[in-house]
Amino acid sequence: MATLSMTVNGKPVTATLDPRTLLVQFLRENLRLTGTHVGCDTSQCGACVVHVDGKAVKACTTLAVSLEGASVTTIEGLAVNGTLHPMQEAFREHHGLQCGFCTPGMIMSAVDIVNRRGHALDEKTIREDLDGNICRCTGYHNIVKAVAAGAEAMAGHGMETKEPPRQAAE
Amino acid sequence: MSATGIGAPVRRKEDHRFITGQGRYTDDINRPGQAHAYFLRSPHAHATIKAIDITAASGMPGVLGIFTGDDLAADKVGGLICGWMIHNKDGSPMRAGPHPALALGKVRYVGDHVAVVVAETLAQARDAAETIEVDYGVLPAVVDTASAAGAKTVVHAEAPDNTVFNWHLGNKDETEAAFRAAKHVTRIDLVNNRLVPNPMEPRAAVGDYDDGDGVFTLYTTSQNPHVARLVLSAFIGIAPENKLRVVAPDVGGGFGSKIFIYAEETVCVWAAKKVGRPVKWNSDRTEAFLSDAHGRDHVSHAELATDAEGKITGLRVKTTANLGAYLSTFSSSVPTYLYAPLLSGQYDIPAIYCEVDAVYTNTAPVDAYRGAGRPEATFVVERLVEVAARELGKDPAKFRMQNYVKKFPHQTPVIMMYDAGNYAASMKKALEIIDYKGIGKRKRDSARNGKLRGIGFSSYIEACGIAPSAAVGSLGAGVGLWESAEVRVNPIGTVEVLTGSHSHGQGHETTFAQLVSDRLGIPIDNVSIIHGDTDKVQMGMGTYGSRSGAVGMSAIVRAVDKVIAKGKKVAAYVLEADEADIDFADGHFAVKGTDRKLDFGSCALQAYIAHKFNGQDLEPGLKEGAFYDPTNFTFPAGVHICEVEIDPQTGVTKIERWAAVDDFGNVINPMIVEGQVHGGIAQGVGQALLEGARYNADGQLLTASFMDYCMPRADDLPSFEVGMTVTPCPSNPLGIKGCGEAGAIAAPPAVINAITDALGHEDIAMPATPQAVWRAAQKSVTRMAAE
Repeated sequence: MATLSMTVNGKPVTATLDPRTLLVQFLRENLRLTGTHVGCDTSQCGACVVHVDGKAVKACTTLAVSLEGASVTTIEGLAVNGTLHPMQEAFREHHGLQCGFCTPGMIMSAVDIVNRRGHALDEKTIREDLDGNICRCTGYHNIVKAVAAGAEAMAGHGMETKEPPRQAAE
Repeated sequence: MSATGIGAPVRRKEDHRFITGQGRYTDDINRPGQAHAYFLRSPHAHATIKAIDITAASGMPGVLGIFTGDDLAADKVGGLICGWMIHNKDGSPMRAGPHPALALGKVRYVGDHVAVVVAETLAQARDAAETIEVDYGVLPAVVDTASAAGAKTVVHAEAPDNTVFNWHLGNKDETEAAFRAAKHVTRIDLVNNRLVPNPMEPRAAVGDYDDGDGVFTLYTTSQNPHVARLVLSAFIGIAPENKLRVVAPDVGGGFGSKIFIYAEETVCVWAAKKVGRPVKWNSDRTEAFLSDAHGRDHVSHAELATDAEGKITGLRVKTTANLGAYLSTFSSSVPTYLYAPLLSGQYDIPAIYCEVDAVYTNTAPVDAYRGAGRPEATFVVERLVEVAARELGKDPAKFRMQNYVKKFPHQTPVIMMYDAGNYAASMKKALEIIDYKGIGKRKRDSARNGKLRGIGFSSYIEACGIAPSAAVGSLGAGVGLWESAEVRVNPIGTVEVLTGSHSHGQGHETTFAQLVSDRLGIPIDNVSIIHGDTDKVQMGMGTYGSRSGAVGMSAIVRAVDKVIAKGKKVAAYVLEADEADIDFADGHFAVKGTDRKLDFGSCALQAYIAHKFNGQDLEPGLKEGAFYDPTNFTFPAGVHICEVEIDPQTGVTKIERWAAVDDFGNVINPMIVEGQVHGGIAQGVGQALLEGARYNADGQLLTASFMDYCMPRADDLPSFEVGMTVTPCPSNPLGIKGCGEAGAIAAPPAVINAITDALGHEDIAMPATPQAVWRAAQKSVTRMAAE
């Protein structure tokens, strides 16, 4: 067994766990944060995306114990004091979800795209950067609209990008 | 129209829980004392099981029980069933082999269920399963659809030539006469590629058993929990219906694959009693690829007869359909009654004849996948019509319009009576959206850049809202296809609507609430929709075949009408008026010609306190139910036009534009309807360009993960231009036709017709991957150079 201390959605957590435990298992089974989903087990579908120290990570292929001291944000931690994050609002407003299973990962990836690339996102950029997330319901049409609108709304909410926008080639 | 009424793009009530991570899917459910199941699956496509030795595995840490087919048989747990009887051409019944939940003596596909290990943790169950020794006698496998019937290897002794049925539909003699008289005959050979449905939520089950009451509970990923309970009770024999509760909570997509009653769910609920603990199973993605029912997999030869004026005079089709290793729940209906009756398309075709041979192979069972039979029919018709137009030198849009059904009702030679439509209106609107007049210039522009541009049409029709119970019963269905609703009005006027439909992405919690709020004149937030639990909703047939609007909401309308009728009686007492003088509008019961009125909530309260009437004259309370059985199928139809540009250097096909004009009848929530169209198109584009389940000759599934099976991603697709036309459906009270499958039905021929238009020849199969298109484009480039 191994010990682990990290911050999840702003709260400190400590645990003793099997070192094989994946981050997604730790979140879902130990912390009962079931908003983070497992859709494929092979890092292909992105239903498990969370933020680790502000960057998108696929929790289905990350060992929990490798994140000692890290700060993890899940979909449950995105709304602040009951106020939805602008990206959450945008997904609802633009019907960017149907069955809802890919949605937590989509939203976490979308916020990460804005953090990396800024608030003015064209359709091509959004589609290319959503490459790591699969949705089987929406045909992506409304997800793309939601991400663009959510990105703009984040600017309106004074949510500065956390790092200078990077280019795809990097 | 109010902001939340019928026709308004109301934002979804269910979304809050999904966007905040509070959805409750089956894998999110954990029962106290829960154990975990792991299924040992066959690594061979076809083998006898000589022996299974569980001695070592039984002693492994954490193991609570290991069970095989013999244990199920000893408990008299029956096999899985196929609920639709098909008869051969000679009238004899189809030949179906047994389908045990855990193998009995033989395995028939890679992923077939050999044993289940139940242990304290999933890791312990897996570890134990690895030590089970199975002595297999490996047999040759039958894999190929077209040659399965002639193969030496036999999958089931009950079908000695691997043929489940040979079936036909239509007027054979008239069709042959039409072909003899034809001026021109167009012939094509088509493969409708095998697909894996892949809802993003894998299947899952939690079985629970309460020894005190003798009640089983199964939480499962189902599109139709009541049908699951019926089959698990009446046929498989888990427990009587009153001792078995099935709950389908939030379900993360289905697309057909979660209609069926599978081995894993059956075993989990049964094993819960055997080990005295709740038992959970959650499919991983590779298990889903191996054992979820697949879709499509047809091989067809089709011919179209035309006269000197270009009028279609006859259609004949010979199809071989691969049903896999066992008959899944509704498998036999898909390549028969969900397929051949759609072969008339939108066209007035006097003579049609279709023969279908269904075969067993050593592959995963094949059953309904979004569209189910109708995409296969549409692919045949729309490829054939497109090629015919090209051969006859006619404009493909004009050739279609020339042959459209123009008068309704229209009886086709293949069962269906089309009730309403205006096909040319959809075509004209689609041509406008895509700017058909400008296609010549756009093709020239592409050619100047060394690219090949093409445009492809698809005029699809589907039979939805399935369906009148008597009609499907006469065709072999083992169930009725009505729907139920119950409207419970609370004393302060809030409403709970219980529906037998199931929502797994369709947004019923919003659309159904919109309908009820509109009809009762109460705020939409005062209406809650309840579904997916057999302890709450008495009975229902579930969601598939685009039926929840046309059938499910019609049942709700009937129940709401009964509530209003009862409310009028209550109001008559309260307002001291004659019942015949009470009108109900805008949420108020009012006495005609006066200002005396009672709002809906107050009426509900009066119904429950029952102070103003005698309980012998009028029953207290306000709760009504209805079962609605439709009078006909519904016939959504439309035109999709796809424009592609191919880079002959790389073989990459880029979808430049997509125009979709659909006639779904009346629409409750256009935002949700458009979302259904988008998603359907994406799955159809997936079939046409990217997706294909591949088995090798040994029956090993080569495409068993998202790394090998290409799912459509955001950058594979364009934004879609969606338009609508409306001819209300005459066969249900709301005039609704259904929208859930249209895109998946329409899209594949639109894409392939566009690609073949660009290539200048017909030699391309689905999926038209870059490699396939590159090869095909070399032929085009050579030809262009020669010209």
